[in-house]
Amino acid sequence: MKFERKDLLGIKDLSREEIQLILNTAVPMKDVIKRDIKKVPTLRGKAMVTVFYENSTRTRTSFEIAGKYLSADTVNLAVSTSSVQKGESLRDTIKTIEVMGFDLMVIRHAMSGTAHYAARNTSMRVINAGDGQHEHPTQALLDMYSILESKGTLEGLKVAIVGDILHSRVARSNIYGLTKFGCEVRVVGPSTLIPPEVERMGVKAYYNLDKALKDVDVINVLRIQRERQEAGLFPSLDEYSNLYMLAQRHLENAKEDVLVLHPGPMNRGVEISSEVAEGSHSLINEQVANGVAVRMALLFLMMGGSKDEIAG
Amino acid sequence: MRLLVKGGRVIDPFNDLDQVMDVLIEDGFISDIGVNIDAVGAEVIDASAKIVCPGFIDMHVHLREPGFEYKEDIVTGTQAAAVGGFTAVCCMPNTQPAADNTSVIRFIREKAEKAGVVKVYPIGTITKQQAGKELSEVADLLAAGCVAISDDGKPVSGASVMRNALEYTKMFGIPVLSHCEELDLARDGEMHEGYHSTIFGLKGIPAAAEELMVARDIRLAELTGGHIHICHISARGSIELVRQARSKGVSVTCEATPHHLTLSDEILADYDTDAKVNPPLRSLEHIEALIEALQDGTIDCIATDHAPHHREAKDCEFKLAAMGISGLETAVAVIMDGLVHRGLLDAYDMVRLFTCGPAEILGLDAGTLGIGKVADITIINPEAVRSVDPDKFYSKGKNTPFKGKVLKGWPDTTIVNGKIVAREGSIV
Repeated sequence: MKFERKDLLGIKDLSREEIQLILNTAVPMKDVIKRDIKKVPTLRGKAMVTVFYENSTRTRTSFEIAGKYLSADTVNLAVSTSSVQKGESLRDTIKTIEVMGFDLMVIRHAMSGTAHYAARNTSMRVINAGDGQHEHPTQALLDMYSILESKGTLEGLKVAIVGDILHSRVARSNIYGLTKFGCEVRVVGPSTLIPPEVERMGVKAYYNLDKALKDVDVINVLRIQRERQEAGLFPSLDEYSNLYMLAQRHLENAKEDVLVLHPGPMNRGVEISSEVAEGSHSLINEQVANGVAVRMALLFLMMGGSKDEIAG
Repeated sequence: MRLLVKGGRVIDPFNDLDQVMDVLIEDGFISDIGVNIDAVGAEVIDASAKIVCPGFIDMHVHLREPGFEYKEDIVTGTQAAAVGGFTAVCCMPNTQPAADNTSVIRFIREKAEKAGVVKVYPIGTITKQQAGKELSEVADLLAAGCVAISDDGKPVSGASVMRNALEYTKMFGIPVLSHCEELDLARDGEMHEGYHSTIFGLKGIPAAAEELMVARDIRLAELTGGHIHICHISARGSIELVRQARSKGVSVTCEATPHHLTLSDEILADYDTDAKVNPPLRSLEHIEALIEALQDGTIDCIATDHAPHHREAKDCEFKLAAMGISGLETAVAVIMDGLVHRGLLDAYDMVRLFTCGPAEILGLDAGTLGIGKVADITIINPEAVRSVDPDKFYSKGKNTPFKGKVLKGWPDTTIVNGKIVAREGSIV
């Protein structure tokens, strides 16, 4: 099976088979990362560019190193020093990049729908590395990969996503991916941060953390941003932490072998305690490592390598 | 000069008329309406299988001139209107400078008379510079030719200002056209708040942002005895408020747009900025309420809120894109295809909503086909099938979410002052 899409804009429209293909392809990629010589020639002669209109540590670096391990030429457009600062439109920026000959663009943008806009306006392949509050498909893929690696299956797992669901692209992409694989997904957070009609997405919404965590196999904790408090969505970070910070005692409610995920960067002591973040249930570091493997798989599938080249 | 419109289904709701007849036009006026009129030597328009109506009136149009001629001007805007089947439009005052003084109103009227293709009735501002503070000189504006006042696009936030506007206009017998939006609640909103805003990750505008202001304005109309007209009504709750108020005898009217009647928020899945509009496209339950209100007469007229934009204002990130739809050239076809041909609205009622509906709200001597009346006539071909091609628009605004759609039922001929100004999508 080949990945037939020009772009990866979200998890919503992917079939279960397509997701499975990406996750399967990530397995040999992880082996490449573990090798002494971390380089395969698969994407030699291919060029990719990361265009990040929002700050990022792990996602951008992860895409870059994933491309490099596969021998693609990778360039990072530093938006803060680019012509964007001179008022260049997104469309012109994309066109400029395109005519330089890049095969693939990875874009992150603070506004929902911008990856769709980019994809419509270029012949380059486009990967959405997070668009506003819409989707962050590679984060969901690496979360699913990490859960799958630990649990062996996704089918029937109970997964709680905790925090600011309203503004979270990670939550949306995870909901789409996990529900396609038969997980029971719960979202929990203050009522002001639960989006309207969220249960139509096939999840159950909770306001009470203890109830939401009852018997769960996985807890995915979202980052809470200070500006949400400033926008009046909750009274204070202290009150938020009192109600929703994942602490050791909450884990007793969950399954014994519960996994704790966080997409990073973490606000320790706000949405997650250090004890939990560093504890035995935490998969947070594995997530980052798996992120490279999953992105290698995607780049490989989208820029046209064949699977045999990796196996050797 | 004599022109005979022959054998069409003549619908004139103002006169309770719906019958196959001929209409004879002489020297710009209607001289006869009847079956098989014999008019030797007259130019004949074969209207068989077509609908012959009083000239359509669009009471909510942004012609953009003066100040924003790169978006639209009086020539292109009235051309678009003519091709779209309208013989008259009312233009909103959010120009640069705003139409808050007689020189702008006179400029619009003179330019429209000289170069416009259809009739233009200017609307003045409610407040000076649309700042929401001091009332405009309403009597002066009316003397210069305004037909109503509105701060469309910049809702009047202060209740006392709106109260005074309604109180003051009462003595002139004109409506205050209100863009109902509670700005604090709608702030930064990109689309209707609901399931689809959740899915698309776009900031929602709750229906309550409109309903709150509709409720306020209705209460103020009740308090003052003024006439409030709700622009581009879009929410179920607003409809209920209008219905209740009317049953109590409050002087309230309202308009709905073709896009709010036929498109739901779901079409934003591809983040098409041409479907970004204020008020936002709502969910199905709201659309159902609007259609019901069209059928039972709660909605008084259909108006386009024609809001042409320059390409750059739409060809960008969704959040940054301007709100608005270029509506003049698709309105009739959208209503014919989406409502009339689907059995949701009688052709008769459609004609009422485009003719005597708006004329009555504004007190215009138009919207009917009486003998001796000025010959402003719209002929519709209900069977014509065409696709929407914005590149062929006369409007400078190509921003339409209907692009590429194949629609059935188009304006065929537009007659203004007895002259054919547009035919089958082209200016004559």
